Amino acid sequence: MGLVLEGVNRTVDGEVFLSDINLTFERGEFNVLLGLTEAGKTTLMRIMAGLEPPNSGRVVEDGTDVTSVPVRKRSVGMVYQQFINYPSLSVYDNIASPLKLAKLSKAEIDRRVRTEAERLGIDHLIDRLPAELSGGQQQRCAMARALVRDARLVLLDEPLVNLDYKLREGLRSELRNLFADRDTVVVYATTEPEEALVLGGKTTVLHEGRVVQHGVTAECYRHPANTTVTQVFADPPMNLMPVRIDDGQLQAEGVFKAPLPAHMRELTPGDYTLGIRPHHLYTGAGDDRVALEGRVEVAEIAGSVTYVHVEINGRDWVVEERGVHQAHPGEQFPIHIDLARAYAFDGSDSLAAAPASERG
Amino acid sequence: MDKREYQWAWLMVLPVVLIVAFSAIMPLMTVVNYSVQDIFGPDSRFFVGTEWFKEVLRDPALHGALVRQIIFSAAVLFIQIPLGIGLALCMPKKGIGVSFALVLLALPLLVPWNVVGTIWQVFARPDVGLAGVTLNSLGLDYNYTGDSLDAWFTVLVMDVWHWTSLVILLCYAGLQAIPDAFYQAARIDGASRWAVFRYIELPKLKGVLLIAILLRFIFSFRIYAEPFVLTGGGPGNATTFLSQSLTTMAVGQFDLGPAAAFSLVYFLIILLFSYVFYLTILNMDREG
Repeated sequence: MGLVLEGVNRTVDGEVFLSDINLTFERGEFNVLLGLTEAGKTTLMRIMAGLEPPNSGRVVEDGTDVTSVPVRKRSVGMVYQQFINYPSLSVYDNIASPLKLAKLSKAEIDRRVRTEAERLGIDHLIDRLPAELSGGQQQRCAMARALVRDARLVLLDEPLVNLDYKLREGLRSELRNLFADRDTVVVYATTEPEEALVLGGKTTVLHEGRVVQHGVTAECYRHPANTTVTQVFADPPMNLMPVRIDDGQLQAEGVFKAPLPAHMRELTPGDYTLGIRPHHLYTGAGDDRVALEGRVEVAEIAGSVTYVHVEINGRDWVVEERGVHQAHPGEQFPIHIDLARAYAFDGSDSLAAAPASERG
Repeated sequence: MDKREYQWAWLMVLPVVLIVAFSAIMPLMTVVNYSVQDIFGPDSRFFVGTEWFKEVLRDPALHGALVRQIIFSAAVLFIQIPLGIGLALCMPKKGIGVSFALVLLALPLLVPWNVVGTIWQVFARPDVGLAGVTLNSLGLDYNYTGDSLDAWFTVLVMDVWHWTSLVILLCYAGLQAIPDAFYQAARIDGASRWAVFRYIELPKLKGVLLIAILLRFIFSFRIYAEPFVLTGGGPGNATTFLSQSLTTMAVGQFDLGPAAAFSLVYFLIILLFSYVFYLTILNMDREG
């Protein structure tokens, strides 16, 4: 039992926001909705909540069609990117507000508010006003309000975006535990691949209003269904290069030619797109590595790694290099590919071959 | 930082100091000077101490004007603030209706104050004015030049017409600044329209509302041109407010000493009220 979307479409003023969405979310599961901004994540959540009707299609909750049931009559909790709390009410009254509107007894409200505040670590702040809290605490208060009513559906729309790095990591690691023993459909929207991987569960990759892949998070990452997923569900995105497979050889016109790696030997000869993650490109030569050269465009130093953006035969690639390195724009940059780690996508843009297992 | 830079800073501030000195401090000091002297001519003046202040504070005509002034300002706030909030809530949120409504609202604010008085003076006349004639034809005995209550009513309606737009515009801007997510969250909670207003819109409007109250209080407390043109302060002195009493005293009777003392008292009253509002804003700011 859970929430099922059947052929959901949403168009506003001729602009397609969602097209033919078919998804099933099970209760007790953690679902990540991953997509770039404008991919339709928020619209999809609004439709799931009943804040907005789809133009066509159905929303089915536990076997009942709830498409036209207004949000007031559903059981939904939602957390937003902004910290949404009632400004003039204390943390206690904020968390209690949905319960008061649901007309629960005073004792029951008190018990549930205190339990929820404790789970979110804000029980000592219960008498404060939202404006007297830090951003992280405000968002915890908003989360407590969304969770306290034990709604059948809990939607989190990029809830950690406005928090600073440290707070974000702290809250993110708590999130899974918060939902672990709840019989709720949880949907978490994010633009960040890393967040999806940390949260685990199932991932739905959304792109331009369409579902491009849906499945167990790690599985989606290891076996991206097409090149779109490789761009959305990886940061920096996977490097792509058109190649030709023929005669047991893998050839990228004017870049390199090498014998096929083991996992691509079964592929029928033809044109493919080669995909390789930035951390499977090396600056040093190795036994099974194919050498090629790029021209440096820019080098970004991000903590302990350096992302070197290079141009290879008109394609922009990113090389992830451990440590802090200098690379000057315009200079030649040697790259060594470990082809055993490469993906191949066929002419109709579907995954044709993936590496046997992936370490990182 | 070396000393030269500090000296430069003083030099840079000098023009502002000079302008403020000429435009505010020196005239104010002149008034203070007048308020403690009895002046007969350029060369004959006598120091009288607090004499004028005592006279002004005991003057029953000024007491009357002060009471009327406070009632007027209170009435203005009680009518215009709730009305402004209410109308701001009814404003269209998007589409071409927005520009249309904004232009319409800005119009009364663009009319010069004495013209507002003239407009209403004609509009409310019981013999030829549209409003006056209509009210009388409905069987009401309406005449703002003869009846104090009618005069008060007309002055208040005129002020509401002139200034409610300001409150609406401020509240409207405040409402537009509330993220849509607040309304969504309230809908998800199942909150009623009243609860949305009471617990989201009103607290979020607190800042602009206090500014609106402050501005409306100061403007209404200083009101001069509109009632002067409309009723001339009459009938009798039913609609004579503080600034008009002051003008009569200073320009009409040329009682410079008492007028100066009165100006200072008047100024202090406005300053005191404004300071109270200012403190309230500062304290409420905490709650955002």
